Amino acid sequence: MAKIILNGKEVEADAGKNLLEVILSSGEDLPYFCWHPKMGSVGACRQCAVVRYKDENDTTGRIVMACMEPASDGSVISTNAPAATEFRARIIESLMTNHPHDCPVCDEGGECHLQDMTVMSGHQVRRYEFGKRTHNNQYLGPFINHEMNRCIQCYRCVRFYRDYAGGTDLNVFSSRNKVYFGRAAEGALESEFSGNLVEICPTGVFTDKTFMDHPTRKWDLTAAPSICHHCSVGCNTIATERYGIVRRIYSRYNGEVNNYFLCDRGRFGYEFTNSDKRIRAFKIPGTTEPAGHEEAMQYLAKALKGKSVAAVGSPRASLETNFALKQLVGDSHFSLGMNTHDLEVAQLAFDIVSSGKIKVPSLKEIEQCDSVFILGEDLTQTAPMMALSVRQSIRNQVKPMASQAGIPNWNEAPVRQILQKDHGPLHIAATMATRLDDVATSTFFNAPAEIARLGYAVAHFINQRLRLPDGMEKRALDLAQRIAKDLMASDKPLIISGVHSKSKEVIMASADVALALSEAGKAVSLSLTFEECNTAGLLMLGGSGLEDLPAADVLIVQENDLFRRMSADKAEKMLASYGLVIAIDHIASHTTSNAQVVIPVGSFAESDGTLVSQEGRAQRFYQVFMPEGDTPEPWRRLAEISMLMGKPFQAHDFHEFTSWLAKSNPEFTGIDTMAPPPDFRMLNQRIPREFHRFSGRTSMKAHRNIHEQKPPEDPDSPLSFTMEGYQGHPDPSLITGYWAPGWNSVQAINKYQIEVGGPLHGGDPGLRLFDQTGGQLSYYQDIPQPLAASVNGWTMIPVYHIFGSEELSRKSPPVKEKAESAGLFLNPATAAEAGIKEGDRVIVQIGAQPASLEVKYTESLGKGFAGVPMGYCGVNPEIAFIKYQKEK
Amino acid sequence: MERPLTKNIRTDGQPVFLKEYESQGGYKALPKALKLQPDEVIELVKKSNLKGRGGAGFNTGLKWSFVPKKGDFRHKYLVANGDEMEPGTYKDRLLIEGDPHQLIEGMILSSWAIQADEGFIFIRGEYTYAAEVMSKALAEAKAAGYLGNDILRSGFNFNLHLHTSVGRYICGEETALLNSLEGKRANPRTKPPFPQVSGLFGQPTIVNNIETLCNIPHIINNGAEWFNQLSLTPGDGGTKLFGASGKVKKPGVWELPFGIPMRQIIEENAGGMRDGLKFRGCLPGGASTDFLTEQHLDLKMDYNSVAAAGSRLATGLMIVLDDKTCPVGMVLNMIHFFAQESCGWCTPCREGLPWTEKILRKIEDGRGEMNDLDQLESMVRFMGPGNTFCALAPGATAPLGSALKYFRDDFITHIRDKKCSWK
Repeated sequence: MAKIILNGKEVEADAGKNLLEVILSSGEDLPYFCWHPKMGSVGACRQCAVVRYKDENDTTGRIVMACMEPASDGSVISTNAPAATEFRARIIESLMTNHPHDCPVCDEGGECHLQDMTVMSGHQVRRYEFGKRTHNNQYLGPFINHEMNRCIQCYRCVRFYRDYAGGTDLNVFSSRNKVYFGRAAEGALESEFSGNLVEICPTGVFTDKTFMDHPTRKWDLTAAPSICHHCSVGCNTIATERYGIVRRIYSRYNGEVNNYFLCDRGRFGYEFTNSDKRIRAFKIPGTTEPAGHEEAMQYLAKALKGKSVAAVGSPRASLETNFALKQLVGDSHFSLGMNTHDLEVAQLAFDIVSSGKIKVPSLKEIEQCDSVFILGEDLTQTAPMMALSVRQSIRNQVKPMASQAGIPNWNEAPVRQILQKDHGPLHIAATMATRLDDVATSTFFNAPAEIARLGYAVAHFINQRLRLPDGMEKRALDLAQRIAKDLMASDKPLIISGVHSKSKEVIMASADVALALSEAGKAVSLSLTFEECNTAGLLMLGGSGLEDLPAADVLIVQENDLFRRMSADKAEKMLASYGLVIAIDHIASHTTSNAQVVIPVGSFAESDGTLVSQEGRAQRFYQVFMPEGDTPEPWRRLAEISMLMGKPFQAHDFHEFTSWLAKSNPEFTGIDTMAPPPDFRMLNQRIPREFHRFSGRTSMKAHRNIHEQKPPEDPDSPLSFTMEGYQGHPDPSLITGYWAPGWNSVQAINKYQIEVGGPLHGGDPGLRLFDQTGGQLSYYQDIPQPLAASVNGWTMIPVYHIFGSEELSRKSPPVKEKAESAGLFLNPATAAEAGIKEGDRVIVQIGAQPASLEVKYTESLGKGFAGVPMGYCGVNPEIAFIKYQKEK
Repeated sequence: MERPLTKNIRTDGQPVFLKEYESQGGYKALPKALKLQPDEVIELVKKSNLKGRGGAGFNTGLKWSFVPKKGDFRHKYLVANGDEMEPGTYKDRLLIEGDPHQLIEGMILSSWAIQADEGFIFIRGEYTYAAEVMSKALAEAKAAGYLGNDILRSGFNFNLHLHTSVGRYICGEETALLNSLEGKRANPRTKPPFPQVSGLFGQPTIVNNIETLCNIPHIINNGAEWFNQLSLTPGDGGTKLFGASGKVKKPGVWELPFGIPMRQIIEENAGGMRDGLKFRGCLPGGASTDFLTEQHLDLKMDYNSVAAAGSRLATGLMIVLDDKTCPVGMVLNMIHFFAQESCGWCTPCREGLPWTEKILRKIEDGRGEMNDLDQLESMVRFMGPGNTFCALAPGATAPLGSALKYFRDDFITHIRDKKCSWK
């Protein structure tokens, strides 16, 4: 620790930090632009100037940039010396010379860091009397709007996009006061993390294009803490609404999980809640018209009376909803909503990560690992934010090079300069080329069985007692030896695998590698991805595979599309085997259109619930708004149905559900107390969902009733649906937005953290449900045989796309626009043999199901394999043999 | 008077190639240096008081001694800075075009001293003839065994490459040059770390000016004492290429001892002012130095004397202002250049220079107001040393700041008369 004198007061500081971090962490305000806690300092904007004195007797001092100065012991610093304040005002004045005066109509207005910093720096009177330079804007795709005239050249966008996220297509062009941030040519941004530009940009150059389709000022949004529903990582988000429309999603800081960032699927996938695919009315047999609530309930009461009921739960529905469903039909009649193969794969992964034998890392912990071996996952497509964390981790092993040269970690440019392209080992074994290959130390593309064999060989070279697979090629053997050596040479190796190869072999092999490292005394972590946001939670609840669901009179399908789980013929057969199919969902699917009864419920934005991430972190999402239509929380709907069935639930509100859940199973202990209960108050007040500057509360519904209506009451959480309430910083799990006096942009996050870039005041939210230590796990050593060559057809390789494979986000129009077309991935040689070429649209038989796909070449796929996109309409999701017969 | 740097340079303008260079005693220093320990060479250069001729005037031997001797480095690099984009500066061009092997020999010797195995000559893009000459000389040196592996069977390897710049004044800043050489944007780098520790591709690197490197063979051949006595100023070893441009009778570049009075350069070497014109002032070392005026004519041209007078010796090639050229227009021209050449990285330079240019343009065009002068002065302070990321803007505002001091009346006349008196 160091002691520095800041404005005459002694402040304790971490000597490893820079002055800007120390000053902000001390609670003082100091304007800045180019610095970012996750991206370090580069000294470009010169906005954080302070005066540094030689000692306490020095009265002149000199101007230094706080972000570029180490917080060395004994530093004497003033943020408010006239030299510093005048210089900072002049910097803002200079930045504003070319900035448009369009704040009132600018999309960033009201949450603009540049506005805040201008006010903070005290620049008021414009002395610049000349013309402004102007730029052309570019079309950057469906997610991001570009307005270059607003740019203040802080270089944050390219530093995030290129240096942090590994993107290549956004760059800085030209020089002097004409520097231009954009693409070489117009076109959609290619990075999966482009949406973060919206929050990274201190002003309105990069704004959320989806938000602009239904623009709302920050202060007019109703907001609630939420959890991303679009993969198993569990990123924290803030979801916002006005007039019943979800307006936008942005990142909710959680130092253990996603910190400041989100992937584009998580940020822009929300539009499904506003889409015309939403189910908002009941459908019952015998009428083509939507049924009213009473009519539907009467029908259901009759239809369910005395009937046996089976139910299909869903990995994309909350723990409470699945639990309620299971209570409704009983353990034996409850399916987890996955086919038995997928369930077995997921169960295996779950058993390993929940065993407590090997550490399951948070994203933050992933960033701290120093060697990585990925088996069978294209992380950027299946768990994008984990891929972003892996990108950060690979610098760890080489970072000491910088500290040895005396360069502190925060001094970003020199650190990058000295490290160049050097990084620690990242070995990728996957079925096909992945989006992390650009930073991979080695890549190995082969079928899951061969990936597993490579994994077992790695385990063997770590622990000679383990078996070496027979008949391995020399190249694979050498590679295995090298991977083992790299993992053993690091301090914190990380093994990543998951369910997306649909292969138990791959997961078992990854567990054996991790176990071998653990026994060798390494601080190893093992992270396994799941397919959906609550797969892990669902597995904790337990239930059968779809094929094993017993026969019954009635089938309830909860927020699940069976056609995404099974081949079409199997799904149809299953639905037909029940006398009545009731689909409960918020979004239309093949299943809802095949059900006789459809019951509307709320989406994530209209519900409270708990999800368990792949890390085993239970996290609460909160209802953003009370819908005007009949779309209650799914578990509340199920409670209603339980009454119709004559066995009413013991729980009525959300808290009662979580308490019931916690009591039902010791594994869920704490789930009811992990976030404040509904009666929690701060200074006797609820936490407002609305900003204190919210406008229009008396007029928003005046077209219907001129009297101001009572705001809805929330029985399920301590949040209110109004602007009134506790105005300070709430409990960390209840943050509905970031604001502090003078800080209207998301940069206000600084004020919610114990120290900038660190954990939130009160701790980062979420409850780890998996055992962290002391569990048991044995070697699997279930080494598969080498894969035999495919004859008369192709072996199927499941392919995942960040945009297109996930069920909900693919119903978001901007995501759909960005989605990869349905491709049949083939090695050019395989295609040539079949007499087809890239771009051809062909019909293949995947098992018994035909699919129309566009031929796409990839050299990374071996001969005899065909990659098909998972989660695409009409594409058989089950592993099957693929046949292609050329039409004559 | 000895003129080691230019003694070989032919009057017919033809370059001196290998044979001629060798016949004049060239490459004699090489076997001599290879017999010395690298540290001995560094020590010798330190003692010679050779200071960086690019403008900063830092002791060359001392700079070399900062290169780490131990450590696991892929390479150590030596880079010759021949970007020479400083307005009014053309000395390195003479050395490359006239006597290319002198530079090559200097670089081999320097690389031995710092144990560099790879070298680059970074030449200004417009110097196409210099590049042609240099390429030929490099090929000759390689064929003769002076470059490459196992030089003169000493076991020492040094490969030297020519790199022609694609432009930008900022490439003359050594760290921006390194970025450019790496294929990145030519933005200056954060310092520290200095290139000696983390330079080209993150490896230890020395960047020296062409003229600096050309001195090395002579120091090796003749010793530090000889080198020191070439100069009239104790502490500034050797000769210097001085020059003058502007409305003097014979603009040019001459090799002269340090400490020679400015008057002598202007009146003798440059032949005095053109008829009918009087000397009004000069920028003593290129466009990014402060004006000196008549009162400074007897100033000794060495680093400390010029600094004491409030300017910088810098490249040593002066731009002369006469009494019938408008200093406002001259400064506007300079600021226009620098505003164009800002890399766009830091705010004061990127935004401050164009703003300054616009105010000067306004005054020049007769639209100026008296408070514009306060604005200009505050701009000079705003872009002062320490406030900006690199030295471009402080250098760019040097002529403006000093013009406001020495030629304030000209600015006032412009504003009062609403026109330039010389137009």
